[in-house]
Amino acid sequence: MKLLKLVPDNTNIRFLRWRVPFYVISSLLMAASLFLVFTKGLNMGVDFIGGQMIRVTFVQTAEAPVAQLREQVGALGYGEPTIQQYGKPNEVSIRMKLPEGAEADPGISDAMAKRITADIRAKHPDARIDGIDSVSGKVSKELGWIAFQALGFAALAIAAYIWFRFEWQFGVGALWSLAHDVTLTLGLFAVTQMEFDLNIVAALLTLIGYSLNDTIVVYDRIRENMKKYRKMPIPELLDLSVNETLSRTIVTSLSVLITLLALLLLGPNVIFGFTAAITLGIFVGTYSSIYMAAPILIWLKVTPTSFIPQETALDRQERLAREQG
Amino acid sequence: MLDFPRWKQAFYWSLTAIALLAAMPSMFSLGNLDWPKALPAPHINLGLDLAGGSHILLEANPEQVRRQRLDNMEEDVQNRLRRANPQIRIGDISTRDGTVNFLLADASQVDKARAEIEPLLNANASGAREWDFQVVEGNRIVLRPTKGGIDNAIAQAMDTAVEVVRKRIDALGTREPTIIRQGADRIVVQVPGLKDPAALKSQLGQTAKLEFKLVDQSALADDLLKGIAPPGSQFVPYADPSKYGAPGLAVKRYGGIKGDQLTNAVQSNDQQTNEAVVSITFDQQGGAKFAKLTSENVNKPFAIILDGKVLSAPNINEPILGGTAQISGGFTTETANQLAINLRSGALPVDLKVVEERTVGPDLGADSIRKGLIAFMVGTAALMAFMIATYGRFGIYACVGLVINTLMILGVMALANTTLTLPGIAGFVLTIGAAVDANVLINERIREERARGRRVVQAVDAGYKEASRAIFDANVTNVIAAVLMGYFGSGPIRGFAIVLIIGIVTSVFTAVTLTRMWVAGWLRKARPADLNL
Repeated sequence: MKLLKLVPDNTNIRFLRWRVPFYVISSLLMAASLFLVFTKGLNMGVDFIGGQMIRVTFVQTAEAPVAQLREQVGALGYGEPTIQQYGKPNEVSIRMKLPEGAEADPGISDAMAKRITADIRAKHPDARIDGIDSVSGKVSKELGWIAFQALGFAALAIAAYIWFRFEWQFGVGALWSLAHDVTLTLGLFAVTQMEFDLNIVAALLTLIGYSLNDTIVVYDRIRENMKKYRKMPIPELLDLSVNETLSRTIVTSLSVLITLLALLLLGPNVIFGFTAAITLGIFVGTYSSIYMAAPILIWLKVTPTSFIPQETALDRQERLAREQG
Repeated sequence: MLDFPRWKQAFYWSLTAIALLAAMPSMFSLGNLDWPKALPAPHINLGLDLAGGSHILLEANPEQVRRQRLDNMEEDVQNRLRRANPQIRIGDISTRDGTVNFLLADASQVDKARAEIEPLLNANASGAREWDFQVVEGNRIVLRPTKGGIDNAIAQAMDTAVEVVRKRIDALGTREPTIIRQGADRIVVQVPGLKDPAALKSQLGQTAKLEFKLVDQSALADDLLKGIAPPGSQFVPYADPSKYGAPGLAVKRYGGIKGDQLTNAVQSNDQQTNEAVVSITFDQQGGAKFAKLTSENVNKPFAIILDGKVLSAPNINEPILGGTAQISGGFTTETANQLAINLRSGALPVDLKVVEERTVGPDLGADSIRKGLIAFMVGTAALMAFMIATYGRFGIYACVGLVINTLMILGVMALANTTLTLPGIAGFVLTIGAAVDANVLINERIREERARGRRVVQAVDAGYKEASRAIFDANVTNVIAAVLMGYFGSGPIRGFAIVLIIGIVTSVFTAVTLTRMWVAGWLRKARPADLNL
C-alpha cells in the first residue's frame, strides 16, 4: 500500500527568511485585536455580565416568532433582549442583560428569569423552555475574575515549566506565542461579536495547551539540533528544526482538525462557540509556533552553549588527572 | 527494543483489561442497554447539562443573621432584667451601629446587670466569647458582638438552612438531589431530571417564618396609611393589600407566638368556606402558649404573619385549646400545599436568594448526548482512516491504541465516579485528536531515522526514544493547563478538565507503551527488512 505523504522528504523551506515581515504583521494584528477588544468590546455572555439566557423551542411552529418575542420581552421593562436562532429555525436563545444599576441586587436575575419564562409560557402555549442560565451580578463578577486568573496562572505556570526544562529564552518565546494566540482569538471574538462565556475560556485554555504542544515539539528539536550542530548559525538551525518537524506539525494539526470538524458540523449546537474558538486556535497556534516562538530565539540571542554541559571542578580534576596519565 | 519480558506484557494487558471491564457498564447504558444487575457496575454520572436538571446557587445575606442576633439579644436582655429580683430598670434600649445599647435607670446596678446578662454573652458551645460587654458614661451599656460570635452564628444559620432546604426538596419527591454548602454564605442545589424548576425555586425562595401576633386596635387609620404604628407596636404590611382598605396593620411587638413549635402542617379545606387553608398542629409547649394567648384575648383579632407580611387577621371567637390551628390567607391548593411543606421543614434561619441558575431541559440534554456521540463516532472514524492512510501498519497500531484509550477514559471515569458533562464530551473528542500526536511524533521520527540509513529495529527504537522527550514535555504542559482549568473552573468546565487530565494520562499509556509492545512483537516475529512507513 502506498502511504500518504503530505510533506515530501528533504523539504527545505526557508521559513525564517520572512520572519521580520511576519513579526510586523502579527504585531499589527495583535495591536488591532487589542484595540478592538478595548473599543468595540467582547460580546460578554451572562456568565460574565449577569442576566439570563433562556433557550426556547417553539414545538409546533416551523419558525420562532422572533420579532414578536423581542417586542413581548422588551415590554417587560428590563431592557432590550438579544434574540438569536441557533440550530433549527424554531429554536431561539433569548438573552437579557441585567438592567443598569441592578448588579447589586442578588435576586434580580432570578426574578427576571421567572417573569420572562412565565410571560413566554402564557403567550405561547407551544413554547418549550429548554434551558435557563441565570447569573446575578455578584456571581458574574466572580466568574470573570476566576476566568482571568485561570488564564493568567496557566500561562505563567507553563512558561515557568519551559524555562525550567529549556532555557529562559524558550520560556519567553512560549509566553510570547501564547499571548499572540490568545490575543488574536480575542480579536476574532471582538470582530464577530460571537458570545464570550465560560466555555470560551475553557476553549482558550485548551488552545493554550495545544499551541504549547506545537511549540514544545519545535523547541525540543531546536534543543536537539543545537547539541548536534554546534557551529551552525542560529537562523539556519531554526529553519532546519522547523522543516524536520513540519510533517508532524501538519499531520497532527490535520488529525485534530478532523475531529473538531466533526464536532463543529455534527456536534451539539450548545457548544458551537466553544468548538469554533478551538478550531481557529489550531490555525493560529500552528502558525505561532513556527513564526512567533522560533524567531524570537534569534533576537533573544540563544546560543548553543546553553545546552552544552558545563565542565564542573570535579570533571576538570579528572580530565587533568587523565591527561597527566 | 524487542525485549518485552512476559511480566511486563502481562502487566500492561491486565491494566488494559481492568479499565475495559470498568467501562462496560457505561457503554451499555449509553447504548440504552441493561447491564446485568448481579454484576458490579461502576458508572459514569451524566452531568445536568446532559441528563437535564437544575443547578441552583443560593445565597444568604449575612447582614440579616447579624440583624436578627441583635434583635434577639435586645429581647433577651429586656426579659432577663425585667425578671431579675429585684427588677433592674432600663430605659431607651435600641440596636444601633451593630450593637445592643441601653441605659440603666440606676448607675449603681451596673454590676448586677452584668451578672444577669453574663450567661447571654457566651451562649456558644465552644466557649468562645460571643459578645463584648462595655460600660460607657457610667450607666450606658453597649453589647457588641465579637467577630467569632458572628461567624459562628452565620455558620450555624447556614447549617440549619442546608437541612431545611434538604427537607423541602425531599418533600417534592425529586430523586438524588445534591445539596452542599459552598463558602461562608452559599448553598449549591443540584437536582437531576427536574420537570419544573420554577416550583423548586419558589419552594426555596420562601423563608416560612410564621408568627401569630395580637393586633393593636388603638392604631389610627391615618397612621396605618402612612405605615406608622403606635409605641410598643409595629407596622406590618398585608401580603395582599388590595383585599383590605389599608397597606398593613399594627401588631403588638411582644407577647406573640412563633410558628417554630409545630409538629405538623397539612393542606386542607375550610369546612365552612371551602377555601384552601393550612392546618397546623403545635407541640405541647406551643399548644399551651397558643391556648393561653387565645383564651386571654377572646373577641380580639390576631394577625397571622408569614415572612413579615400579614396573611390574615381573624377574630379569636373562642379559646383554641386543642393545639391545632388553621391558617387562612387566600391560598390556592398549590400555594397552601407549598406552605405546608415549608412549615413542616421548618423556617429558614435566613432568607435565601437564587444568585445563579443553570437549568437544562431533558430534551436539550438528550439531543446533546445524541449529537455528541455521533460527532465522536464520525470524527474517530475519519481520524482512523487518516492515520492508516498515513502510517499503514503503524497507523493501525495507533488506531487500536485509540480505541483502547477511549475505553480506558470511560473506565477510569467510571471507577473514579466522575461526571460526564457536555464540554466533557468535547474534551473527549479533542483528546482523541490530540492523542494521536504521540504516535505521529514517534512515526515521523522512525521515518527520519530510516531516511538517515538506520536499520529497521534501530530506527524504531530511536523513534520511540527520541520522541519521548517532546511527548513528555508537551503532556506536562497540557496537564498544567488542565489542572488550572479544573481548579478555577466551575461545573461543566471542571468536567472538561477532568476528562482532559484522564485522557492525557491514558493516551500516553496507549499511544506510547502499548503500541511499542505491539510493534516490538511484530518486529520479533516478522523481522522485516524494510518498513512501509
